[in-house]
Amino acid sequence: MAISEKDVKHVAWLARLALDDAEVEKFAKQLDVILEHAGKIAELDTEDVQPTAHAIPLKNVLREDKVGRCLAPEVALANAPHQEDQAFVVPRIV
Amino acid sequence: MEYESVIGLEIHVELDTESKMFCSCSTRFGEAPNTQTCPVCLGMPGSLPVPNKKAVEYVIRTGLAIFCDISLFSQFHRKNYFYPDMPKNYQISQYDIPLCIDGHVDLEMEEYATTIGVTRIHLEEDTGKLLHIGGAGRIAGADYSQVDFNRAGVPLMEIVSEPDIRTPEEAKAYAQKIRAILVSLGVSDCNMDQGSMRVDANISLRPVGREEFGVKAELKNLNSFRSLQRGLAYEIERQTKALQNGEAIVQETRHWDETKNTTSTLRTKEYAHDYRYFPDPDLVPMEFDQEWIEGLRAELPELPDERKERYMSDFGLPAHDANLLVETKATGDFFEAAVALYGGDAKTMSNWILGDLTYYLNAENVEIDDSEVKPAHLVEMVKLIDDGTISGKIAKEIFSEMFKTGKMPKAIVEEKGMTQISGEDEIAKIVDDVIAQNPDAVKEFHDGRERAFGFLVGQAMRLTKGRGNPQLINKLLKGKL
Repeated sequence: MAISEKDVKHVAWLARLALDDAEVEKFAKQLDVILEHAGKIAELDTEDVQPTAHAIPLKNVLREDKVGRCLAPEVALANAPHQEDQAFVVPRIV
Repeated sequence: MEYESVIGLEIHVELDTESKMFCSCSTRFGEAPNTQTCPVCLGMPGSLPVPNKKAVEYVIRTGLAIFCDISLFSQFHRKNYFYPDMPKNYQISQYDIPLCIDGHVDLEMEEYATTIGVTRIHLEEDTGKLLHIGGAGRIAGADYSQVDFNRAGVPLMEIVSEPDIRTPEEAKAYAQKIRAILVSLGVSDCNMDQGSMRVDANISLRPVGREEFGVKAELKNLNSFRSLQRGLAYEIERQTKALQNGEAIVQETRHWDETKNTTSTLRTKEYAHDYRYFPDPDLVPMEFDQEWIEGLRAELPELPDERKERYMSDFGLPAHDANLLVETKATGDFFEAAVALYGGDAKTMSNWILGDLTYYLNAENVEIDDSEVKPAHLVEMVKLIDDGTISGKIAKEIFSEMFKTGKMPKAIVEEKGMTQISGEDEIAKIVDDVIAQNPDAVKEFHDGRERAFGFLVGQAMRLTKGRGNPQLINKLLKGKL
């Protein structure tokens, strides 16, 4: 097994997913298969290959420092379940 | 056991661009909540960030100014975490290839000089602003929080120092120097009150002579240079006591409380420092050619160190004066405007600026740019001293009045009848009175007590309400005694 149940629980916590024990076991197996499959790449000799972050040959896509239009605040807040004083409201953080 | 402190600073600076880092929303400060947002900075699905060219240039300019190597290839990463100040649940930042690495800043302390290394400068986006409701506005104990995303996506530059700083005074000097450089470069206003410059400090102690670092604490909420210095001084004391009592230092984030003068453990949502950085697939890499970088280097304005050299060589100022005058760009600008207007001895201008002006600015907590006293005020006043219209002592009163009201010195002199008394007959009469009224002091003087002379001069000044010409009083008193 390349991935332990502990790893699955950790990743689930990082993604704020609540998994029960059965799911943890199931996902551990599934993720293991995925990792094993991806692990095939590691068999290649990549000594002289540059790491690639992007598959498309583009670089330096930048914009000039110009101000454009913003959303009206009521539009920006339209999907907020809770709002107050034109601000998004979130439950207590700590 | 003797301990030494090991301090490193992380300085976050909002760059002074018109628009945000990855979208065209305005960066203006102090607008109504959530009026400067768009699908990009709200993290709407399908929106595409495009980096602000000027922000990239500003970071490279900064790197050049503090002797960094500029990366010819650089890219943005996603730093993943859940916190309500970021709508995307990740912050676009830089990871393994920041724009600038390996720079340094030279510091001149009172007694010695030192160099602080700069590990890296990277570019990222600022987060939204949280307003905690209930719990006295602190995150711990709040009932809920309001989020304003106007600040989310504002270009943010992070300057990370090496752990080369050894004292709170060095930390303050380093942060001030960084600010002076950034303001000279025009890349940020570095306004600490408005949060456009924010300083976090990492601090640990180790026994003198040991190489390895101790366990560090990260200090936050250092909202002024004063807080930075005092917060660190407190932390050194706290950690020293703990170590002396055999207690272990816990690695944690601590909050500096300026009013209580203490630091306390900051309760934040437990951060797993597992940010899972990966290259942002929405943003393509940046590649710069050396020629373009050299172009930026050639365009660098005069920096504080160069300015200081110039003040010493062109104006003959001592290093101490020059250092203080270049501490902020505005002070140097004030000084140069005054010197140009005055045409006389630059040291006289420096004395007034570093003396009375600085005193009143600090006492009233006013920035030099907002001061009622402008170079024209100072120069007119010093000219009044030079031509004998007023004494140096009266000038100090006038200065105080100018600082309060912004009136020109000539107007104050006329209004209050503060002209110096330089008539020989008038002064002679006063000196006679002083001698007649103070027989004891006169006798002491004749017995060889020099101090008595000073007392008699003081009495004469008192009788003239400070308006007597001191040189004349001296001369006549000596003659008559």
